[in-house]
Amino acid sequence: MQSRAQAMAALLELLADQPVIICNGFPSREAQKLADRPTHFYMIGSMGNAAAIGLGVALSKPSKKVIVFDGDGNVLMGMGTLATVGALRPKNFIHVVFDNEVYGSTGNQPTISNVVQLEKVAKAAGYVAVERVLDREDLVYEFKDMLKNDGPAMLLVKVNEFVEDAGRIALEPPAITARFMKAIE
Amino acid sequence: MVESDVFVQALENLGVNFFTGVPDSLLGGIIEELLTRKLYTSAVREDEAVAMAAGAFMAGKIPAVLMQNSGLGTSLNTLLSLNMIYRQPCLLLISWRGFEGKDAPEHLVMGETMPQLLDTVKIPHRTLSEQTMVDDLRWAAQTFMKQRIPVALLIKKGVIKGLHP
Repeated sequence: MQSRAQAMAALLELLADQPVIICNGFPSREAQKLADRPTHFYMIGSMGNAAAIGLGVALSKPSKKVIVFDGDGNVLMGMGTLATVGALRPKNFIHVVFDNEVYGSTGNQPTISNVVQLEKVAKAAGYVAVERVLDREDLVYEFKDMLKNDGPAMLLVKVNEFVEDAGRIALEPPAITARFMKAIE
Repeated sequence: MVESDVFVQALENLGVNFFTGVPDSLLGGIIEELLTRKLYTSAVREDEAVAMAAGAFMAGKIPAVLMQNSGLGTSLNTLLSLNMIYRQPCLLLISWRGFEGKDAPEHLVMGETMPQLLDTVKIPHRTLSEQTMVDDLRWAAQTFMKQRIPVALLIKKGVIKGLHP
């Protein structure tokens, strides 16, 4: 099984200037280390809200594909947002969930995503396309497909618990906001 | 009492162009008017509404979030660890349930402590009235632009016409 950073690197290679909302904890830190782009919005708090922030961007910028990099703990915390996305059906919304079945930023306590299949919840809520992938080849194939087609889509990628040695987010939060706003103008 | 369409028009005149939230009976008239104007995006929780508004703001919108004051409790972490620290403003339109203890039991503690709670977490707020509405909205807009954090207008029963006046 690949690590979250390996999966994230494969996806970032396929992205250029699309807005990417990245959930709090290690995912944001790893994304910053892999490729720090002005189009990245790094969350450091407000766990559970990544998809809702992305939804707000997607509804306001219908011409841009908006990507959310989320985690299983985050999705479980804000699971109601799957319903909101499913009901509103923004075509330009791609929800990537890196599922390692643990709360990795607080010491690998188990989540319940080993039991609850989050992509099936998304499908039931009204996401147009959902896929669960394990290896890099499938990940790249499905993500390319989602970039081309109308969503909302969820790509759930099973990853191991490995965490990159990645430092804290370098920019102050107001600077992240300002840089992101300018980049997606 | 202010008519809902007058209030919504005043908000639109201020430039507010993204409305989301979770309903309350006191806000029913406003939400009905927003739905008629196709301006309202329904959320399932108040923290989700606040986060959607933050996303909309970063994408160039001027957002407002409607909620009952119980939702202030639900959305507090998002307001503090997203909007406040990232400087993402929104206009909070919060119905003041439990005002002066005249409401159902579940509203009484929040109804009594809401202004102090907002003071404690440094969210600027004013209580809307028909007589001061123009000035209240002007203050909210100025605070929004200057401080770039959430600013709250508290709406008591009988100030804006609801669904069942």
